[in-house]
Amino acid sequence: MPTTKRKTNLTPYILLAPWFIGFVVFKVYPIISSFWYSLTETNLILQETTFVGLQHYIEIFTTDNIFKTSFVATLKYVLIGTPMVMVAAFFIAFVLNFKLKGVNFFRTAYYIPSILGGNVAVSILWTMLFNTNGPINIVLGVFGIEPVNWLTNETYAVFVLIFLKTWQFGSTMLIFLSALQNVSASLYEAASIDGASKARQLFSITLPIITPMVLFNAINVLVKAFQEFNSAYLITKGGPNRTTYFLNVYIYDTAFRMNNFGYASAITWILLLIIGVLTAIIFSSSSYWVYYND
Amino acid sequence: MEVNYEKLSLGSILRYLVLIIVGLILMYPLFWMIGSAFKGNMDIFGGLSVFPPEGAARPENFAMAWQINKNHNILFYFLNTLKFLIPKTLLTAISCTLTAYVVARLSFKGKKFVFTMIVVTLLMPELAFRIPLYLMYSKLGILNTYASLYIADLFATGSFFIFMEIQFMRSIPRELDEAAKIDGCNALQTLWYVIVPVLKPIIITACLLCFMWGMNDFQGPLIYLTKPTNATLSIILKQQLDGDAAIVYGKVFAASAIALAPMVIIFFAGSRYFVDGVASTGGKE
Repeated sequence: MPTTKRKTNLTPYILLAPWFIGFVVFKVYPIISSFWYSLTETNLILQETTFVGLQHYIEIFTTDNIFKTSFVATLKYVLIGTPMVMVAAFFIAFVLNFKLKGVNFFRTAYYIPSILGGNVAVSILWTMLFNTNGPINIVLGVFGIEPVNWLTNETYAVFVLIFLKTWQFGSTMLIFLSALQNVSASLYEAASIDGASKARQLFSITLPIITPMVLFNAINVLVKAFQEFNSAYLITKGGPNRTTYFLNVYIYDTAFRMNNFGYASAITWILLLIIGVLTAIIFSSSSYWVYYND
Repeated sequence: MEVNYEKLSLGSILRYLVLIIVGLILMYPLFWMIGSAFKGNMDIFGGLSVFPPEGAARPENFAMAWQINKNHNILFYFLNTLKFLIPKTLLTAISCTLTAYVVARLSFKGKKFVFTMIVVTLLMPELAFRIPLYLMYSKLGILNTYASLYIADLFATGSFFIFMEIQFMRSIPRELDEAAKIDGCNALQTLWYVIVPVLKPIIITACLLCFMWGMNDFQGPLIYLTKPTNATLSIILKQQLDGDAAIVYGKVFAASAIALAPMVIIFFAGSRYFVDGVASTGGKE
């Protein structure tokens, strides 16, 4: 019957209803309301919300010295921590990619820190490891290095947290490894017939082919690092002298300790903007260094 | 397929050496934690040995850690953790599988939009939602309930898991769906009888990851559960370092070891799901 219109099948929409509700209620609404809160003074105890316009943003950029300190601390953590994770992950993936017996065992073992690393128990462990009399200083002592007061030293405290981040390179490594395993063996065969050395093969074949995964991992690690909370809150408690007072800890304190949800929302938006801009820069630079097969 | 392992050459010995040394460095902290759980305060710091000195082992640290404070034992806090973690994991698995199925297998108008939004929400930092959701839950009056930690998961908000399942479903032949349709299955029946059995490994991966991340979650319980009676494992562990009285470090280590034990057991029981799952989300496009 050519006259009847095809009836729209409603089933997909009905089945998508939970997701759609979730999308609107738990994603779209929070984002919009968060921006609204950032323009207000919101106090949960007094149950008050007063509109203050851009006042918080102006304050953050002009008079708020804690924000500056916190921003520098976060940036230091991200800009040192991300390359360290990436290099460790790639190096180990590269070694694991040789056909060695027992690779699966190592692969699994290296992944354990990634699974456990965010746990409070590991943060406790880290404070003990970096205790003045803890194992780290003892190992340094073997090499004749004076013990360091890791947790109270303004220069070194952030490295305690960076080392914890680096310790968890496993999931990044697995993504590199599976990318490496997808590189066709025939490419290497052709290269060695042409007389390319192993080092040459690494820089001319392996690295270019896995650059999309380098991009993926870099953004992933970077975005997570910007939001680090647990380790800074638990191990160094933001100290000493706010050298590890990451923005996410500052946001937590402002909102949930000082009950200043408006100001905390404004800091959140600035942090989101920073993450967004940096991600965009990395993405737009990718056309220069990421090799796409298709 | 037969794998041609490398012959034992200088290069491969070097590689093993690197792998073993890195492995030891990575594992040492965990072994040191377990060893220190058996030590007295005097024996924990000042040496590298994992084992307590002879005759100085203190297994009673574990008894102290078990009865972690004067009100409750550590099991109580573990059960508190499960009270949000089990619903969270189940709801995530069900709602995300359903959503992934609709997006990956059914055709409808607006599909591209839905998929794009899933990717966009996947990329949104979690931090963006923390404060507004807290204020929303406060208005709903569900602060200090376990539901505050899993209510969102009822509505397929775990974009990462949806994305992971969609990627996996691409490799399932469409002929299966068509055959089911010819046999008279509707969409839900096709999902349950045809897709879910094939999808099982990735659903297990999703459940395991969701569970582990929930076990690690500290900020969530810190914000939402503020009563001493609904504290989770992560909160009670954190309190071990808070006391200003002399800390029995062995007890703290023992409590940490007890807290990590279920995770390690689950990890080894499901290690192939973890490794394959992580590899498949990033490794293939």
